[in-house]
Amino acid sequence: MARDSQAALTALNRFGFGARGGAAGDFMNAASDPRGFVKAGLSRPNGALLEVPGLLSTPELARQVFDYQFEIQQAREAARVAQSTASESPPQAPDGKQPPQRRNLSLPSVAKEIAAKDPTMQAQTADNANAAMTPGAMQPSVNPQKPPVEPPNIIQKTFRAEALARLQRSVVADCGFVERLVVFWSNHFCISANKGALARMWAGSFEREAIRPHVLGRFGDMLKAVEQHPAMLFFLDNQQSLGPDSRAGINRHRGLNENLAREIMELHTLGVGGGYTQDDVTSLARIITGWTFAGRQGRLGTPGSFVFNANAHEPGTHLVLGKTYLPNGLAQGEAVLSDIARHPSTAKFIATKFTRHFVADDPPPALVARLQDVFTKSGGDLAVLATALVDSNEAWQAPPTKMRSPYEFLVASGRLLARNPEDPGRYLNGLNVLGQPLWSPAGPNGFPDTSAAWASPEGLKLRLDISAQVASQLADRFDPRELLELVAADAASPETRRTIERAESRQQALALLLMSPEFQRR
Amino acid sequence: MDCSENLVMQATSRRALLLGGASFAAWAYLPKLARAADGSDPRLVVVILRGALDGLATVAPIGDPDYAGLHGAIALRADGPNAAMMLDPFFGLHPAMPEFARMYRAKQAAVVHAVATSYRDRSHFDGQDVLESGFPGPGRVQSGWLNRALEALPRGDRIAGERAMSALAVGPTTPLVLRGAAPTVGWSPVALPQAADDTAMRLVDLYQHRDPALASALTQGLQLEKQAQGDDMKPKPGAGGAAAMRLVARGAAKLMAADDGPRIGALAFDGWDTHANEGGPVGRLAQLLGGLDGALAEFESGLGDRWRHTVIVVATEFGRTARINGTEGTDHGTGTVALLAGGAVKGGRMITDWPGLKTANLYQARDLAPTTDLRAVMKGVLHDQFGVGERALADTVFPDSTPVKPMKGLVA
Repeated sequence: MARDSQAALTALNRFGFGARGGAAGDFMNAASDPRGFVKAGLSRPNGALLEVPGLLSTPELARQVFDYQFEIQQAREAARVAQSTASESPPQAPDGKQPPQRRNLSLPSVAKEIAAKDPTMQAQTADNANAAMTPGAMQPSVNPQKPPVEPPNIIQKTFRAEALARLQRSVVADCGFVERLVVFWSNHFCISANKGALARMWAGSFEREAIRPHVLGRFGDMLKAVEQHPAMLFFLDNQQSLGPDSRAGINRHRGLNENLAREIMELHTLGVGGGYTQDDVTSLARIITGWTFAGRQGRLGTPGSFVFNANAHEPGTHLVLGKTYLPNGLAQGEAVLSDIARHPSTAKFIATKFTRHFVADDPPPALVARLQDVFTKSGGDLAVLATALVDSNEAWQAPPTKMRSPYEFLVASGRLLARNPEDPGRYLNGLNVLGQPLWSPAGPNGFPDTSAAWASPEGLKLRLDISAQVASQLADRFDPRELLELVAADAASPETRRTIERAESRQQALALLLMSPEFQRR
Repeated sequence: MDCSENLVMQATSRRALLLGGASFAAWAYLPKLARAADGSDPRLVVVILRGALDGLATVAPIGDPDYAGLHGAIALRADGPNAAMMLDPFFGLHPAMPEFARMYRAKQAAVVHAVATSYRDRSHFDGQDVLESGFPGPGRVQSGWLNRALEALPRGDRIAGERAMSALAVGPTTPLVLRGAAPTVGWSPVALPQAADDTAMRLVDLYQHRDPALASALTQGLQLEKQAQGDDMKPKPGAGGAAAMRLVARGAAKLMAADDGPRIGALAFDGWDTHANEGGPVGRLAQLLGGLDGALAEFESGLGDRWRHTVIVVATEFGRTARINGTEGTDHGTGTVALLAGGAVKGGRMITDWPGLKTANLYQARDLAPTTDLRAVMKGVLHDQFGVGERALADTVFPDSTPVKPMKGLVA
């Protein structure tokens, strides 16, 4: 079979995470059957699942974090009592708030260490995470035997374990198309770990439980799994939203929060301009009141599991997008989700975003129209959608104008240099530096997906700094000319080849290779 | 295996601020962008608050009889603990902003209230696109109004046709408001050891042959001015969002204070989407406003003498509901505030045509009704600070905005 080097580059970079180093032979395999190489992963049943020993379910994780927070609360209480007995008149803040913490209660070394390592812990909305971290200060006095190096913060430990599992899968995957789909859908239905302790704890389990099972399944199933996942309900405040006329709403004088309902319509399904109104948003917000998760005490169910709280549910019939939904408890909201999953605006919105991600910032209209049709006719079958994309001509003919995202760039580097990560720290730092902190986008619209966002002057300069640093540590082990063969073979431009061959050192050559258009564009 | 941990070294302090080199070369000849009369050398900073700032919580219409009822548990009060700082008998400033209050009293800060862009729906992302692109509606994301304003600036003789001045984009990605054809330089407080110059030059050369877009971006990001900065530029472990805001402002101010520094800068702060537990005088929004307040103070001290000729505009994509929602927060709304600060501001003024908060006066019976077009504010500042002509403002900077006249007299 004829070797098609350009198509191999497309298969590896546009659809996958790039060629692996060593003897994997990815480029050769991709060149001999580009489409087959990309599609190989699609036919593997459950190929998107990530089951790694030690990774726990959302309720199990909830129990750990609830226990942890409870312990902290106890310790804080104990310390407060000890403090007020030690000091006859605790200093009173002028505004009548809690007295300020005394200086002799030192911050826990662990909390400091974590804060120093992970800037995402410092985000402005990390109130809960901070609440979970700071009081660890009291632990040394409560449990003086504890060795100082033991990381007691279960939240950070969990986040790193989840990150590691995801990174390892990305780095070792054959082509990586299925993992790229996971990343795409995970960003489409993103949460942010910066929302607080629970979000950080659940960022990984959310992806494993709500996204991965449906990446090769149905959009409607993914939508339902996402909107009923505790992580999403927490991220977009729905656990706080009460039907104004529900029993809980009346008793507690609280009511609606339309955050989740709006983002379901705007970001998850119909898209802006998808034909919904403010009334539809408010209506859907009413319908999904009561969608929440059970708390620590498990009054409503297993702590940390999705529950429908009828007490918080707004009673009555509601109108959404011109259709009447009769009061039917949980099923009322599920019926709405099922309908909007099949709405033509959703098909258009998803087809456009999907094509923009993989093919071009301005996606070819004919391809978008075809994928929209495929989405509709297949009932939102996402494996069929992905197959149609790979089978299209446009996806192979469009020039590589997209930039790799920071995640794709770092993973591609790790694959080429055969760095199967054993510690996620370097990757997480790199993602922070490049503006794509893992599972922590700035807003519910996820990370940007256009070249303009990632090819910024500062972003490019930082990529170069990172490449130079990686090269300074690893270049001695490789011949850069051989790496170029693995990356692009005869699809490499003469200029790139010459630049690498004429570099003044292996280090410089590797840095230039990692920054070459062949490695950065897709 | 030791090889697994070396992919990306820990971010360490580079302690260097980056300036675009091509533009740096040009700056030696850059004519002062003089305001015709007094020959001053003005600076403009645009601060975008992403997530929609609750204007009624930032500058509260305490004298409006309907305010306390609508804003409920989180409403500010004129007296008692954590009282708002009254800017006039009607409006009170959030108590987390003492620096802004001081500037206001010194007539170096003003508030525009009941202001909004031309966008009337409630998507953050479309709202931000309109705010930053300067187009009347969403969907235009190729360039931002501040970049096009740069293009419209009168060019100096020595660099005629070649390059206007560059603007400073703070953060790892360029905010839309500054994207476009005019040159920008980037700076971000996160730092790494830098690649060697020779490596960078070779890469620029490769890009020039193979990928002009990357060549131009990298050139701008690269050719650098290392400016001395002390230990105080290092992000402090445990620093919260407020400290991060100060840090970013401090770095940007330092760059812009230099004789050859960028005259125009843009930065964005996230996190203003206060759907739940927004908090009143203390709480979540208070922390954010405290950070913003600190950032303004950093600009004031960091810009030194330049502060006298500086205008900072703080704007957000839209406001929030007048009535708090069921979770002691506010949902997406319409009218909000814009804040002006700087020695060049004709300050000490509340600028508003107050629509009132009676239900009949609210936009769609839920939001503060906008009575001022934010573009009028931006146009006024661009006209007064840099002499951008009204025609350019109406045609290219804010396309299709002829009926929106520049607000006069914002700059002293």
